[in-house]
Amino acid sequence: MQKMPSSITSSSLPPPSPPTRGRRRLAWGDMLFHRLTQGFAVLTLLLLSGIIVSLIWGAWPAIREFGVSFLWKAEWNPPMNRFGALIPVYGTLVTSAVALVIAVPVSFGIAFFLTELAPGWMRKPLGIAVELLAGIPSIVYGMWGLLVFVPIFSEYIQPPLAKALGPLPIIGALFSGPPLGIGILAAGIVLAIMIIPFIASVMRDVFEITPAILKESSYALGSTRQEVIWNVVLPYTRVGVVGGIMLGLGRALGETMAVTFLIGNINSFQGFSLFLPGNSIASALANEFTEASGELHTSALIELGLILFLITFVVLSLSKLLLMRLAKSGGTQT
Amino acid sequence: MLRKWQLWLAGIVGVLALTAGVQAAEVTGAGASFPAPLYAKWADAYSKATGNKINYQSIGSGGGIKQIQAKTVDFGASDAPMKPEDLAKNGLVQFPTVVGGVVPVVNIKGIASDQLRLSGAVLADIYLGKITIWNDPAITALNPDVKLPSAAIAVVRRADGSGTSFIFTNYLSKVSADWKEKVGEGTAVQWPVGLGGKGNEGVSAFVQRLNNSIGYVEYAYAKQSKMAVVSLQNAAKQFVAPSEEAFKAAAAGAKWDPASFYQILTDQPGEKTWPITGATFILMHKTQDKPTQAKETLNYFAWAYKSGGAMASELDYAPLPESLTKMIETSWAQIKDASGKAVR
Repeated sequence: MQKMPSSITSSSLPPPSPPTRGRRRLAWGDMLFHRLTQGFAVLTLLLLSGIIVSLIWGAWPAIREFGVSFLWKAEWNPPMNRFGALIPVYGTLVTSAVALVIAVPVSFGIAFFLTELAPGWMRKPLGIAVELLAGIPSIVYGMWGLLVFVPIFSEYIQPPLAKALGPLPIIGALFSGPPLGIGILAAGIVLAIMIIPFIASVMRDVFEITPAILKESSYALGSTRQEVIWNVVLPYTRVGVVGGIMLGLGRALGETMAVTFLIGNINSFQGFSLFLPGNSIASALANEFTEASGELHTSALIELGLILFLITFVVLSLSKLLLMRLAKSGGTQT
Repeated sequence: MLRKWQLWLAGIVGVLALTAGVQAAEVTGAGASFPAPLYAKWADAYSKATGNKINYQSIGSGGGIKQIQAKTVDFGASDAPMKPEDLAKNGLVQFPTVVGGVVPVVNIKGIASDQLRLSGAVLADIYLGKITIWNDPAITALNPDVKLPSAAIAVVRRADGSGTSFIFTNYLSKVSADWKEKVGEGTAVQWPVGLGGKGNEGVSAFVQRLNNSIGYVEYAYAKQSKMAVVSLQNAAKQFVAPSEEAFKAAAAGAKWDPASFYQILTDQPGEKTWPITGATFILMHKTQDKPTQAKETLNYFAWAYKSGGAMASELDYAPLPESLTKMIETSWAQIKDASGKAVR
């Protein structure tokens, strides 16, 4: 997960110059180093395929038993051995979407402030503070969410939210129901807090690499700050920005402990409201794997893991595709 | 010169013998998390008393069963007993170690511990979502002297698979045909209603947070967090409050089969019996590849039955009655080494 966005961001940097063809014979030390690093790279590939193979192997009994219908069955009943992935898949996607909707604008704001607006003495400490947030273990977020955030959320945030947005068509349905605090929205908000440091620090780093000459030329032409950020910095750094968002999304999709504490962990469909409890793939795995009874239960859980793997893969591919599109329509950068 | 050389050799042999000795005595077990604090405490006291080490990994009952089947540990531990036919299939024997209780807890303004009374059928209906408000006639009929609010019941249950849920759902299946048919029993089930908290601490947190809620936790947790526990009607139609004596009564009243010790202690007979009681079990292979380890394991549990009772009570587990521990120690004769000799 951590791997993929860095590959996206690094592609925004100029590629290292390839070794000159003429120098055929590498020195022994270089040769060894080359082989060693190559070995590590190949090992990653082997590990990845090993994980895929063992996931499919472990999930096989469930795949054979339920077939494709596993994907859209909303039932999770261990004693009767009936399993379907719809509820956890839905919960995973919705909590991640909520997290992104909140985290992307906020992170953008943080990065913009840190690179363009903040006075010099403030940049360093603020930047470090953002990075420190990324280092907090997720279980701490979960416990903080459950013990501190949820009571405040259910008392002071949910009722006004329901009042303000409830009457609206379509959107209103998302903010209805009892304000329990615990639920998909609470999980999504805490996820957003967790991924903001990742997205913000990547965005800040890429904003910083925008050549000053480009920005200054723009200012010289009379652009405002907003115009510079929208028309110069963002187009120049879009690859890195998308990479940062993907890094955050990857973390949100796979986040386990914090979500487990907050999502309510209910395996039947409650409704479309974000106030209602649900379940996510990672949370279901964390909750049930150690005590799974029977082959089919374990195997269904492994199949959930496989699905999470596929979701992440699809998201990654889509982001690559998006970047390729952008590159085509945007023309050349330099 | 020669003497110095001999001295060295003797020293090396001595060290080797010592490490070999320590290794032979080191026993590993893995499984259920419910008795883990007690096993750790026992192991600590046991190593102080005898110098032998017991390593126990709390990885969950499901993991304990998998590990003992794979023979990676000397003993496995599970909160749910294995059925006699599964024991035979895997060549395992099992025996109980201690008994504990699962207790319903509530958070209703003005209601103290042991004040609210429920029957098994009513509890099942609450968890089925059939009874949804606290002043439902079914509840008020059992509690004529208690003022119950006309508020919705917030149902809380375990989200993670657990032995606690197994014991709880097993009880509900015994007392409600409807529960048995619709939900059934297991470490994780498809709960018709309710919020899921992770672990005992998650359920306690939810119950303490939400007004008019009901949940179920291990007795020790209810006691430590001072939550209002519910009195339940047992099989003898008596209302009892959870206590160590009430758990012991369930273990004493049960009929134990010395061949498999397959017994789930829910809804047992006896006037003083707490109805949601469960024993936790140890699993071992019948034929031992490592007889010294097996012997040491059995010595450890024999020691625990003899001198671990007070430690168990301190941690709110109920020790087994002596009649039962004698029966268990006799049953150990079926654990043998490859040549067919009993290991202990």
